[in-house]
Amino acid sequence: MQFFGGSELSPSPPTPTGTGTENNSHMIYIFNRNGVCLLYREWIRPLHTLNFQQDHKLMFGLLFSLKSLAAKMDPTCADKGNLGVPQLPGQGCSFHSFRTNTYKLNFMETPSGIKFILVTNPGTGDLRETLKYIYNLYVEYVANNPLYTPGTPIRCELFNTAVNQHVKSISS
Amino acid sequence: MAAIYSLYVINKSGGLIFYKDYGSKGRMDTNDSLRVASLWHSMHAISQQLSPTTGCTGIELLEADTFDLHCFQSLTGTKFFVVCEPGTQNMEDLLKAVYELYTDYVLKNPFYEMEMPIRCELFDINLTRAIQKDRVALLGR
Repeated sequence: MQFFGGSELSPSPPTPTGTGTENNSHMIYIFNRNGVCLLYREWIRPLHTLNFQQDHKLMFGLLFSLKSLAAKMDPTCADKGNLGVPQLPGQGCSFHSFRTNTYKLNFMETPSGIKFILVTNPGTGDLRETLKYIYNLYVEYVANNPLYTPGTPIRCELFNTAVNQHVKSISS
Repeated sequence: MAAIYSLYVINKSGGLIFYKDYGSKGRMDTNDSLRVASLWHSMHAISQQLSPTTGCTGIELLEADTFDLHCFQSLTGTKFFVVCEPGTQNMEDLLKAVYELYTDYVLKNPFYEMEMPIRCELFDINLTRAIQKDRVALLGR
């Protein structure tokens, strides 16, 4: 399988995947609550529809709207706000994944508003634990890093390596 | 116990043409259901743009904390989607069955105008029957 390098937001050179055919994951995005893309890595992405800036904005917008939709469509809650009202992290029903015929998008939002998105093959199972694990890696290597300024793109080698390693170990 | 909460049908432009609620607490009024349907139509289209590979036809399943949303898009762009309990099986078959009922009782109805809201009694009757049968089959297991 062809391998495509990371974007300008992840300046560390991407590690070549010797076992590219076993890799289940296409891309990972991490956004903060203001929509700043903290991390974007791609492993297998044959199709680039838009440039990176537009792609990140579109992804963030899609997630914002889908969360709003899920909160509104929640069949177990009688009293909901109007559609489009910004929800606090954790308030209202949120979705955790969606699947199309070519990919599956797994989503997790932390109480501080950090959003983790992992795009994988459609046959992948429930990846909520994986995303929680990646959040723990974020806490250890990024949030606790005294040289990291919150709200800026992540440039931590250890974090990148740990994420790469963990994502490769996801089985379908 | 698996349950269907609601069913929506939207035309190829994203306008809601049919909405039926089967007993959820979150029953929506007309305006909200119209907004939700248009929003879903747009999200469905945007998800195709973000695909890492070619050939994406849009969201087929959305999993949330308290519900699942299954969507079926026909070749003409009409979308049928159902909101159900998490983990409900065979929703794709149900959506295909609803599509068949749509073609039989709506499209073949000479008084039905394309892309307009569905007001066909036979469609309603047969749809209720199909949903009931589905429910009975699920409970019977």
